Amino acid sequence: MRTILFILQKEFRQLFRDKTMLPIIFIIPVFQLVILSFTATFEIKHTRLVVVDQDRSAESRELISRFKGSAFYIVTAQAETYQQAAEFLKNGDADQLIVIPENFERNIINHTSTDLLLVTDAINGSAASLMSAYAMAIINNFNQYLIVEQMPSVTHTEPIGIESSYWYNPRLNYLTYMVPGILVLLVTIIAMFLSGMNVVKEKELGTIEQINVTPILKYQFIIGKLLPFWMVAMFELLFGLAIARFLFQVPFLGSLPLLLGVAAVYLLVVLGFGLFVSTVADTMQQSMFISWFLLVVFILMSGLFTPVESMPDWAQYLNKLNPVSYFIKINRMIMLKGSGFSDFSNLFYTLVVYAAAVLSLSVWRYKKVA
Amino acid sequence: MKGFIFKEFMHIFRDLRTMVILFGMPIAQVLLFGFAITNEINNADIAILDQAKDVASTEITNKLLSSGYFRLHEVIDDPNQIEASFEKGTIKEVVVFEPHFAEKLQNGEKTTIQLITDASDPNTANLINNYTAGIIRDYAMKSNPNAGRTLVNVETTMLYNPELKGVFMFVPGTITVLLMLVSAMMTSISIAREKELGTMEVLLVSPLKPSQIIIGKVLPYVVLSFINALLILVLAYTVFAMPIQGSLLLLLLQTILFIVMALSLGIFISTVSNTQQTAMLLSMFVLMLPTILLSGFIFPIENMPLPLQIFSNIMPSKWFIIIVKNIMLKGLGMGYVWKETLILIGMTALFILLSVKKFNIRLNK
Amino acid sequence: MTKADTVIVVKDLVKKFGSFVANDHLNFEVKRGEIFGFLGANGAGKTTAIKILCGLQSPTSGDIKVAGFNVYTQTNKIKQHIGYMSQKFSLYEDLTVSENFRFYGGIYGLSNKLIRERTKTLLQRLDLEHAANKVLRDIPLGWKQKLAFSVAVMHNPEVVFLDEPTGGVDPITRRQFWELIYEEANRGTTIFVTTHYMDEAEYCQRVSIMVDGRIEALDSPKKLKETYQAASMNEVFIRLARAQKNTE
Repeated sequence: MRTILFILQKEFRQLFRDKTMLPIIFIIPVFQLVILSFTATFEIKHTRLVVVDQDRSAESRELISRFKGSAFYIVTAQAETYQQAAEFLKNGDADQLIVIPENFERNIINHTSTDLLLVTDAINGSAASLMSAYAMAIINNFNQYLIVEQMPSVTHTEPIGIESSYWYNPRLNYLTYMVPGILVLLVTIIAMFLSGMNVVKEKELGTIEQINVTPILKYQFIIGKLLPFWMVAMFELLFGLAIARFLFQVPFLGSLPLLLGVAAVYLLVVLGFGLFVSTVADTMQQSMFISWFLLVVFILMSGLFTPVESMPDWAQYLNKLNPVSYFIKINRMIMLKGSGFSDFSNLFYTLVVYAAAVLSLSVWRYKKVA
Repeated sequence: MKGFIFKEFMHIFRDLRTMVILFGMPIAQVLLFGFAITNEINNADIAILDQAKDVASTEITNKLLSSGYFRLHEVIDDPNQIEASFEKGTIKEVVVFEPHFAEKLQNGEKTTIQLITDASDPNTANLINNYTAGIIRDYAMKSNPNAGRTLVNVETTMLYNPELKGVFMFVPGTITVLLMLVSAMMTSISIAREKELGTMEVLLVSPLKPSQIIIGKVLPYVVLSFINALLILVLAYTVFAMPIQGSLLLLLLQTILFIVMALSLGIFISTVSNTQQTAMLLSMFVLMLPTILLSGFIFPIENMPLPLQIFSNIMPSKWFIIIVKNIMLKGLGMGYVWKETLILIGMTALFILLSVKKFNIRLNK
Repeated sequence: MTKADTVIVVKDLVKKFGSFVANDHLNFEVKRGEIFGFLGANGAGKTTAIKILCGLQSPTSGDIKVAGFNVYTQTNKIKQHIGYMSQKFSLYEDLTVSENFRFYGGIYGLSNKLIRERTKTLLQRLDLEHAANKVLRDIPLGWKQKLAFSVAVMHNPEVVFLDEPTGGVDPITRRQFWELIYEEANRGTTIFVTTHYMDEAEYCQRVSIMVDGRIEALDSPKKLKETYQAASMNEVFIRLARAQKNTE
């Protein structure tokens, strides 16, 4: 036990002595948390629309004014022809264009239907479908108004009312959703990289040779190496939580000790991965690459940005091996819904088993290599 | 000089693990983005609280479940159960039918279906709510033919990506991130490594000029990055049928420009940091995450708060992604990307200037 | 427990890597307080032998004891009783002198009080007390080498293995370094040293010379010079190496 304390002391000294490491560990993640939380949004606040009004009538102006009045739209320009409007899309100055053809008003008065042309820049497919849906909603509304106005004989009723309520996040605040996930991300990155590089660093600089001839036991060395990073990561989590709570006003409905308990186990999994990477790698460069590769796959599939449920079945099965997805899910459950332990006990036990497996695997690997 | 470049090549290529990762990563990323990463809703788990249990409620339920968007996870009997259901974290939505639903509908009375969504994921909640409401409206319209009359029809076109494939959005971003990773990160670390291990001194006293040393170090990464970019393009083209609308030559030239930019950035980072660890974490936090998040790769820049939109302008990757999208997907020529190209050239010049300055200071000390 | 007179006993040490034989039936003993030179050209198998003696690798066969402990089963006991200093400088560059002492002292299980005392005496011996709080990165290589030696003997080991300890050090520092080695040997510590400098071999009490995995000669420098009718150890070494080439 005393031996471990000596290693801890040494690790902390080295960590805090490095003048460039301190800001990297403490300031940059905070900065990132703040910036990322604001950037990571799929929300579409404004669609930039170009209008081609070939009818120039009262009805066409009425339709355009409905777009102008919508909170989702900014009408950036009016163009004479489709070609002119398309130029805006090409340049990336607009997202959508709508063409109102000639005789629009006359057709309405004659009760014959007209085809509008709605073109959306669909490179970002999911944004495109939302933008298209917004446009359709406005046009549908316009339709209903026309029918009431032009054909009073047709009874207009909508017999089924739909009452939507958004629980846990009634204002659909995207920040609330992203912050708990980004917290997990930052803690994971720090823990993974620090642990992944540390043993490799001693290998590369040759100090591990000196360690190996001492009577130190492997498990003491590993605990002494991993514990500091575990502590740094836990500290960072607490720090991040404080920012989330007090700066972003993200609700925290569940129990803090419960969250920390889960985090404690989760970090063991991450540190285990890091240690494993450092036994596989000979140089820090390699270690960084392997960690980066693992992290990219883990994070992309974790449900941080896109819902896990949307993935195909094979990907969802694969995701059962992804520790990041477990913790993001649990973190969101605890913070945003106030879920208790029994709600995610299965996930938690999986993490425990995972931690045990990864740690023993990497300790075994480490013994073989070092 | 030749021998030196050869040594650098061998250094990288002999390292099998790094090679596997360098080439495995783009493939894995593109495949993941293409197949697994999607915002679409399918088979979302929902719960039904049917207090009516009559013809209409059953019909609507069946319509919802046969749409492919939803999957019935449980049937709830008691409104008090709703909260407990959500807390377990599986279901995304509860559809609540009020008592005597069909009866009221028949009598023309006002009826309400309540849609409760788990909005802790607001994006998904919004989509699910829209899909459900759409299906219910559709049902309502069909049961009342008069309501379906329209005077204005819409012909919608999804430009550049008619099938709304996610890959189209992600491929330009993946190329950019990878080029950044391989070029900027690898060079900065490999130079920092030489410094840390003291081998840089050996090179500096050799008859090679500093510029030759830098070129020798950097050239293998140019080749690697370029091969990687090609690999992603081929994959996107063959597996996901992603077109290259514009000039392939222009696209490749722009790719080389971006690689040179990333390399000069990498060299600049290495002049600032003395250890591999610092170089790595610097590239990680200063380069990678902003590259992913502030470049429009995953999240559209237009939706960000204004200060971040302004900040995103100093991200080289933002401009490159625009270039790639314009050439590949929109099929535009140089006339539409000259501004972005100039910005990238300017950035390259700036980084080279800064590194040379920093480098000379070090030598003169 | 009375301390035996022989600290290292090696009988028929064989180490194979696949079909390559790195150590071919090595036999030697090292006595307490002796300065034992372990010589050989690069690739002769020295490093492998040292690794086995330090408990870092296990031999293919042979009967080997270090400080009375078996290298197959008691490697951790061995590690308690040996010190090691490698050719590659391996203290922590980003820690201060006294922090390095503290860390290694702690690992060997010395009490805090003992660590302080030993640090003090060892630094006094080197006349480096003023450097105690300097970060290692900032001090000259010659000092570092001496410090690394002091760290290696901090826990009063029975044997210290020095793997080319004076590589890249100026002649004056080398001299001073050998003085340190003598002082330590006089305190009863056994020194097991490998070196490339043949003038240093003259300082050893006994010298073994390895060629291609075998020990070709083992005696005091004086006797060796007589046997091979050479004026210096350098010549002895060259003769042995050349003899080997001729037989091939």
